[in-house]
Amino acid sequence: MASNSSGGGSSDRQRIAQQRLRIIAGHLQGPVDGDSAILAAECKAQGSKTDVCREGKTVPRRRQEIMKWNGWGYSDSKFLFNKKGQAEFTGKRYRLSGMIIPGLKDWMEGTFGANLQHKTPATPLLTSSAVQPATLNKAFLEELKSTGIPFSHDAEDRVFRAHGHCLHEIFALREGKFGRVPDMVVWPNCHNDVVKIVELACKHNVCVIPYGGGTSVSSALECPPEETRSIVSLDTSQMNRILWIDEKNLTAHVEAGIVGQDLERLLNESGYCTGHEPDSMEFSSLGGWVATRASGMKKNIYGNIEDLVIHIRMVTPRGVIEKSCQGPRMSTGPDIHHFIMGSEGTLGVVTEVTMKIRPMPEYQKYGSVVFPNFEQGVACLREVAKQRCAPASIRLMDNEQFKFGHALKPQVSSIFTSFLDGLKTFYITKFKGFDPNRLCVATLLFEGDREKVLQHEKQVYDIAAKFGGLAAGEDNGQRGYMLTFVIAYLRDLGMDYYVIGESFETSVPWDRVLDICRNVKARIIQECKDKGVQFPPLSTCRVTQTYDTGACVYFYFAFNYRGLSDPVHVYEQVEHAAREEILANGGSLSHHHGVGKLRKEWMRDTVSNVGVGMLKSVKDYVDPDNIFGNRNLL
Amino acid sequence: MATEAIYPHRDPMLKKRDDFEDMLEERRNSSDLRYALRCYTPVLYKGLAPCKASMLKSMVLQSDQLHHVIGQVSRETGRAADDVQEEASAILEEMAHCLQLSTVRFFAFTLSKVFKTLFRSICVNEEGIQRLQQAIQEHPVVLLPSHRSYMDFLLMSYILYTYDIALPVIAAGMDFMGMKFVGEMLRMSGAFFIRRSFGGDKLYWSVFSEYVKTMLKNGFAPVEFFLEGTRSRTSKSLTPKLGLLNIVMDPYLKGEVYDINVVPVSISYERILEEALYAREMLGVPKPKESTSGLFKARKVLSEDYGSIHVYFGQPVSVRSLAQGRVNRCQFNLVPRHIPRRPSEEIQSFVNDSAYRLVRAQEENMVLKPWVLLASLLLQNHHQDQTAGQKRGMVLEELTAQAVWLRDMFREYGAFLHWPDHVPPSEVVSSSLSLHRGLVRVCEGRVQLAVEQGGQVKPGEPHSTVTPEEELLSQAVIVLSCASYRNQGLHVFLRPALLASAINAASSNLKQEVFNSFSFLRNMFSNEFILCPGATVQDFEEACYLLVKTGALQVTQQELLVTERGQRTVAFLTSMLDPFLQGYQVVCRFLCEEATENLTEKQFVPAVRKFIIKHLLAGRLRYTEVLSSDLQKNSLAALLRLGAVQKIKAAEQGTLKVNKVMVNSLEDTLGGRLPTQKAVGARL
Repeated sequence: MASNSSGGGSSDRQRIAQQRLRIIAGHLQGPVDGDSAILAAECKAQGSKTDVCREGKTVPRRRQEIMKWNGWGYSDSKFLFNKKGQAEFTGKRYRLSGMIIPGLKDWMEGTFGANLQHKTPATPLLTSSAVQPATLNKAFLEELKSTGIPFSHDAEDRVFRAHGHCLHEIFALREGKFGRVPDMVVWPNCHNDVVKIVELACKHNVCVIPYGGGTSVSSALECPPEETRSIVSLDTSQMNRILWIDEKNLTAHVEAGIVGQDLERLLNESGYCTGHEPDSMEFSSLGGWVATRASGMKKNIYGNIEDLVIHIRMVTPRGVIEKSCQGPRMSTGPDIHHFIMGSEGTLGVVTEVTMKIRPMPEYQKYGSVVFPNFEQGVACLREVAKQRCAPASIRLMDNEQFKFGHALKPQVSSIFTSFLDGLKTFYITKFKGFDPNRLCVATLLFEGDREKVLQHEKQVYDIAAKFGGLAAGEDNGQRGYMLTFVIAYLRDLGMDYYVIGESFETSVPWDRVLDICRNVKARIIQECKDKGVQFPPLSTCRVTQTYDTGACVYFYFAFNYRGLSDPVHVYEQVEHAAREEILANGGSLSHHHGVGKLRKEWMRDTVSNVGVGMLKSVKDYVDPDNIFGNRNLL
Repeated sequence: MATEAIYPHRDPMLKKRDDFEDMLEERRNSSDLRYALRCYTPVLYKGLAPCKASMLKSMVLQSDQLHHVIGQVSRETGRAADDVQEEASAILEEMAHCLQLSTVRFFAFTLSKVFKTLFRSICVNEEGIQRLQQAIQEHPVVLLPSHRSYMDFLLMSYILYTYDIALPVIAAGMDFMGMKFVGEMLRMSGAFFIRRSFGGDKLYWSVFSEYVKTMLKNGFAPVEFFLEGTRSRTSKSLTPKLGLLNIVMDPYLKGEVYDINVVPVSISYERILEEALYAREMLGVPKPKESTSGLFKARKVLSEDYGSIHVYFGQPVSVRSLAQGRVNRCQFNLVPRHIPRRPSEEIQSFVNDSAYRLVRAQEENMVLKPWVLLASLLLQNHHQDQTAGQKRGMVLEELTAQAVWLRDMFREYGAFLHWPDHVPPSEVVSSSLSLHRGLVRVCEGRVQLAVEQGGQVKPGEPHSTVTPEEELLSQAVIVLSCASYRNQGLHVFLRPALLASAINAASSNLKQEVFNSFSFLRNMFSNEFILCPGATVQDFEEACYLLVKTGALQVTQQELLVTERGQRTVAFLTSMLDPFLQGYQVVCRFLCEEATENLTEKQFVPAVRKFIIKHLLAGRLRYTEVLSSDLQKNSLAALLRLGAVQKIKAAEQGTLKVNKVMVNSLEDTLGGRLPTQKAVGARL
């Protein structure tokens, strides 16, 4: 789900300064030790001094030490209403941390009809007794012990790995309800550990569910309730080293359990980056990206995961699958990587990946453009895509989301800034005649060397001007990107006050973009009404990626569920209807979230009978005993 | 304005219908000029970007679809693209409306004057208007009025103007364009003109469909057209035409709009202006070409009383909900939507079913006047008299009593009957009779159809100059006019009447046999009446339900039995349908006995008419209304559909090839001389 790199750490200016320092430091130190053969073979406990990385890792084995067990992200970061009734974001990790957000309360009350008096607090503590006792496979356990690979059947550890971040999953956790959870958790430390675990699992017929960052929003991590075997959650989080960096070919070989923020940070230290920044990159893992065909915000420069991956190693019940060389492109029959990418943990565990890397960009600049209406905005994005001059990222928010972004403005310190804001608003709405209830905003991120960025920027703004767009400053742009990572935290706040919601995405040809946005939003509103939701829902969308032939569209949908007896069921019905509407309007089943179990029912229509048969036969060959039994996809 | 509650709900089982309000009431009490010039600010579609009629044209000409077709036509014919583009532009000029408020105001003024002299009242259901207002704001709206008179679309616009609702753009036949000045006036009041046939003309179709879709998608105005395609001369609803319905549903199916609201509107006239005109047309006097001078000649109609009009705006039907579970919209995913394609079978059958549903909705909300009952009774009496060879008519009291009986039956069947209950029945009857004094004669307390003095023949003319054939035709004018009023109520009884006839025809009371017979009749008559395709079983069950409910029928596991008190009902129902049964048989007999090898389609109607006149004069046939060309054409269409007659494409015209064995056996089955074969298709 949502979260963003640009927020991870101190203020932006500081961050850029730090990056520059790192680049310079990198130059002084010379290249990182490229001799990696030993490292790759080495398989010791973490913190080994010979790792490329020296810093501590973000994700500990016991995730509950730093993360919430029943909500999004870090335990220390969350929205709350303070004693004065003002919204506040706690902690120190993000740009918004420690700030007051004065507009949020009004926005929540105005948009959802929520009320601070009506609270729905979550169950504060995880009661272990409510968790099903573990079904352990004794023989498997004995042999596992002898390998020395760490494991646990502690209730907290197991519950933590029984869910992703779908609404129904979090809602159940907040109510202290647990369904089928894994019976134990293992933490392999390297590729060979995984090989051993999978061998043992096959030998003793144990079900293995790989677990990376736990940010799934497709019910992919849910344990099939009908599974009677012992379920082992294979947590890759400790396989998190960069094994080598090859500066001649600009590749890095990385263990698949590393999470996005660590990967970027560590590469940055050497002056490099992958440029792969999905919104969930704080917590999602490289292996997870590969397994779901992830997409990053800056794909226009760096590409999506399928463009970034050079080599994959995956452990399957049949053995290890990998290619024999690292050629940039091959004509050797169907690309076996494409059996792996998007396999969603049904075939095996991705253990190591070689990825493209790029030198860190010299210069980054945010920007934003205001359009009189959404139609004009989409037309502009289409033109930008046609001319193939899309910046690293270009996103178009609709009017509702623009207002939402506005509500998240932190308190301004000086009278001067608020005066300036007022002036800007006056200029746009009164002088330029934009209707505040129709206008929409595109946020931009440019990257590269300074001169080219400025040139590029001018080109894009010139196109925007043709569609009635007005440049609206860096600040608006940056806030737009901030929205993507705080929105997941915001959902937790909403859930404290009877508001539930989620996002979902699709990809669609250009000529359908406007139609799909309008129809899906309208369908959501109608379904809510039909299902007895008492308050008008928030139904909003944005275009988040552009391609030559189409775009990726994200929908946000939330409503106040006061007065409903089974809000989650209503929510699921509405989301189901929305997905049907997407498909009926020529949208895809998913652009990058994946299918999981949530969208399985539409797979056959999506890829045809033969397509399903093909995938099935691969599964049958690779995993005849259904060891990787999470039952995703098919 | 005074509200007139017209439908007292004695039976709680009946559908709740809205109350009516007379909109002429206010016109009689305040200035027409002020009304015509008042501030007109209709609510509009929420997504509407304001645009003018001229902008619409350029949107159409720049549309992807039209570009595509222009390219295609240019490639196929070798003409320059610019040339084709110009042709498209000319087509659009010829077609497009140019709605102007000033013209509308002019019409508002004149029509007020005209309506006040012609009609006693124009009653509109206010709740329907409110629903329409709501619907217009939410989604693009299509208005589907029933079509019984030229008056219909002026009346529609007049009503919408009065209630401050966005004025519709109306699809009108090109024949109006013949009337120079009037054509332009209509254009300025929102009509756009389409050719009656443009079969293979790709470019024309493309301009036309894009024009309609553009107006609809942008919420420019409600689009209005007549599902029946033309005015029904018989007051029966006509089989719906699907072309325009296909076009207006397309934007929803392709996801270009979220939904479309279709609003069926039922307009019922107590007395139809074109009454005698229609009858004569069906008897073979050709329809006069629309011309301005003709319209002025029609001025003498101004001096007559045409009673009241009821206009019922039905419940808006969401196309989305109609298509729910019926159409998989993904079928449009793989081809660019602007490339015109033939609708898939799935969509064709969906549009067809929807069209039938909508026409039935029109029928159900059609207000029926007491005269409809009287016309039915008088016609039946007329036929009985003819059989008996006497000309007595009915005693007024007897007519009243029967009308009351029939009224109760109508109500039990859920008809939308406008019978003022606070007035004694005898007064209701006599006021109805006096409104239609051209059709009936009351003499010495007896009522009969005014066939005696030869209808239109002036009383001064000597009788001797009239040939028996002419006399027959002038009688037929009266009978057909009367039949058209009876037809207004036919839809209420249609299914029970089919069942009653089936019970008569079936060789036993066995349910399956009656069903076979029902199914045969239903199939035979599906060009004559609105019978939804594929709904035989439902129709049969509906008919059984209604007859059982009214105590006329007992249904056991195996059998259907007419009860003692049901005899009268069944007799009435059977005789309602009898003229049609006889008519179809005569047509069959004609085809068997007289059809030559090279009988063309064009010759069919005159030839069959001659044959029927012969039989009528010889006294071998008692139903004059069989002379209706509508019935003759429908029966031919049915025979063509059943494969008993085939069209052979010849050099000039299609000739009809008759399968005499089959036609003969159909005739015998209709006449009850042959048992029905196994039910076609459906089984009970």
